[in-house]
Amino acid sequence: MNVIVFTILAMLAATAVTVVRIRDLWAAIMFTGIYSFLSASWMLILDAPDVAFTEAAVGAGISTVLMLSTLALTGPNEKGRRKSSLLPMTVVTITGCALVYGTLDMPHFGDPNDTIHQYPSPSFVEKSQVDMHGLPNVVTAVLASYRGYDTLGETAVIFTAGVAVMLILRKDEGTTDKEAPTA
Amino acid sequence: MNTFPIIRVVTKLLIPYILLFGFYVQFHGDYGPGGGFQAGVIFAAGLILYGLVFGLHAVKRVAPPALIERCMALGVMLYAGTGFSTMLLGGKFLEYEKLNHHFLPGFLPHGQHLGIFLVELGVGLTVTAVMTMIFYCFAGRKRVI
Repeated sequence: MNVIVFTILAMLAATAVTVVRIRDLWAAIMFTGIYSFLSASWMLILDAPDVAFTEAAVGAGISTVLMLSTLALTGPNEKGRRKSSLLPMTVVTITGCALVYGTLDMPHFGDPNDTIHQYPSPSFVEKSQVDMHGLPNVVTAVLASYRGYDTLGETAVIFTAGVAVMLILRKDEGTTDKEAPTA
Repeated sequence: MNTFPIIRVVTKLLIPYILLFGFYVQFHGDYGPGGGFQAGVIFAAGLILYGLVFGLHAVKRVAPPALIERCMALGVMLYAGTGFSTMLLGGKFLEYEKLNHHFLPGFLPHGQHLGIFLVELGVGLTVTAVMTMIFYCFAGRKRVI
């Protein structure tokens, strides 16, 4: 098991470095797709299959397609490099160090005494069988029933995002109708 | 991309299973991993794959933009409507216990199960429609595929 974990993490790191270093934007987009698939595998190892579904479909599928269509509008080459990368490097290093320092306070993975395992999760896990009349999936119960307001808000956010993209990017219906039947 | 026979054939073989898996994740989400959002993106990924291979025009015939933009709003309306219907039945907003009924028990879902089913369906509809619509908007800017 450890072999798989370390292999996937090492490949994630290698892919991330490649995305940063590579100059060809088309290849960089492909590497972000690979990164998403690796993250999906990683989520599966962490026992989160629903997050893995989402990561594989959104990260590797839909966002890769959207980035490729953007690339078709802009062009495949990156703008020339700036001479000095000292300042960005400093900012990135400091931010990275701060993030790593922040993780030092985090509880260990799967620690049963962790705060989020103490409150309010156990009460939900214990109550959900009775409350939901035998529906076994606690995650769905929390998302759709106990936290129904939040999920309604999230759905509204997705809807708003879709409307915003339509308003900004969509061409008139008249122009799309004139398209030839086959490309 | 619609001149490569291998890609066309493999895509046609794959798409039914992708869509079926989307339905499975949607309707089995009460029991297994998954739910509306996951099902929505899987379903949209199937539609987008069809659009990539067979062209924007072909996928717009399967899922017309006019239908998609109505589904975007319909999903949110279904979710909020479930909340308001529980209010009309005398409960609080999204209080699924009020959806209990005694018509064909054991066959039709009721109570909490019916509420979760309806709101997940709303989420799935909205997510599918929004993802597909974003693809239409991006791909429709220029004839790239």
